[in-house]
Amino acid sequence: MTTAALWTTVLVASLACFALKLAGHLVPRSWLASERVSRVTSLVTVALLVSLVVVQGFADGRTLAVDARVPALAVAALALALRAPFILVVFLAAATAAGLRALGWG
Amino acid sequence: MKVLPTQPAARAAARQGVSVAVATGLYGVSFGALSVAAGIGLAPTMALSLLMFSGGSQFALVGVVGAAGTPLAAIATATLLGLRNALYGAVVSPLLEVRGWRRLAAAQVTIDESTAVAVAQPEPAASRVGFWVTGVGVFVVWNTFVLLGALAGDALGDPRAWGLDAAAAAAFLALVWPRLAPRRAQVVAGLAVAATAALVPFVPPGIPVLAAAAVAMVVGLVVPAAAGGAPAADADDPHSTTDTTDTNGTTDREAVR
Repeated sequence: MTTAALWTTVLVASLACFALKLAGHLVPRSWLASERVSRVTSLVTVALLVSLVVVQGFADGRTLAVDARVPALAVAALALALRAPFILVVFLAAATAAGLRALGWG
Repeated sequence: MKVLPTQPAARAAARQGVSVAVATGLYGVSFGALSVAAGIGLAPTMALSLLMFSGGSQFALVGVVGAAGTPLAAIATATLLGLRNALYGAVVSPLLEVRGWRRLAAAQVTIDESTAVAVAQPEPAASRVGFWVTGVGVFVVWNTFVLLGALAGDALGDPRAWGLDAAAAAAFLALVWPRLAPRRAQVVAGLAVAATAALVPFVPPGIPVLAAAAVAMVVGLVVPAAAGGAPAADADDPHSTTDTTDTNGTTDREAVR
């Protein structure tokens, strides 16, 4: 991506994201009364985040890979099941992946 | 201020806000490092972090750009991921009751964390304290550490050696975790995993995430709500019944912190 394309991407995407935030603040409360709207939005959020877990945890470019990220995610899931705080979950995942890679795997 | 906060509630909200700000903000170091490693320079990285200020969207954009995706795919992915902030804005706006430039500031710091802390409070005044402390706190700490991560990026070497890629995956997992309680969410999550894994080898980066979102839209629109299957707490108004101290979504939100 060229520098101009990169800046355009950054600025347009940032503007779009801010417009969405502001639009939410300007929405009449009655609009949210639609149960369908809130249901769809909350499901979309779940799908996006889960999809990002898969992309960030298993994708290597256009191939799916099993490397140090997978046991790191398992550790994160265990920590979440034990109700560990957010930052600890993230730290444990990083430490697991870093440790495994230091040992020469993944 | 219409309702004076009872001091303990406001203090508790402020404390929560600070801890969330620190926990989330420190993570900015990995965004800064990953963004620079993805070939996005220091200035665009900081512009992205300050202007977009939405972790999921930022990581998504960097992911698509780093994987040589098109600008359109990068913008579309980041925007779709920012869609939930519109819902958050609609939820917190009645609690904040702000006008003018403050409304612009409130919009910019409307993110997962500030919304989560705001809706978890027992009274509107504490919600306001929680929202602003969390939102502004995350903004300051996050951007500071994005800068440090971007500057130290080269010194850190490959972010993978520090497990930062796994940290990003774990952060998304931690964000979605409290949302996975409803049966419907679990079904959508399963479909999203399948759709993403199936598409990664065949389509440009960024598209699998959009496909997963499309699947969720279809499920949400087509499949009628199951009896007793409450939608996620996002749209619930914890202050609609001011007599109850318990607030909708509090338990769901706890794990995010």
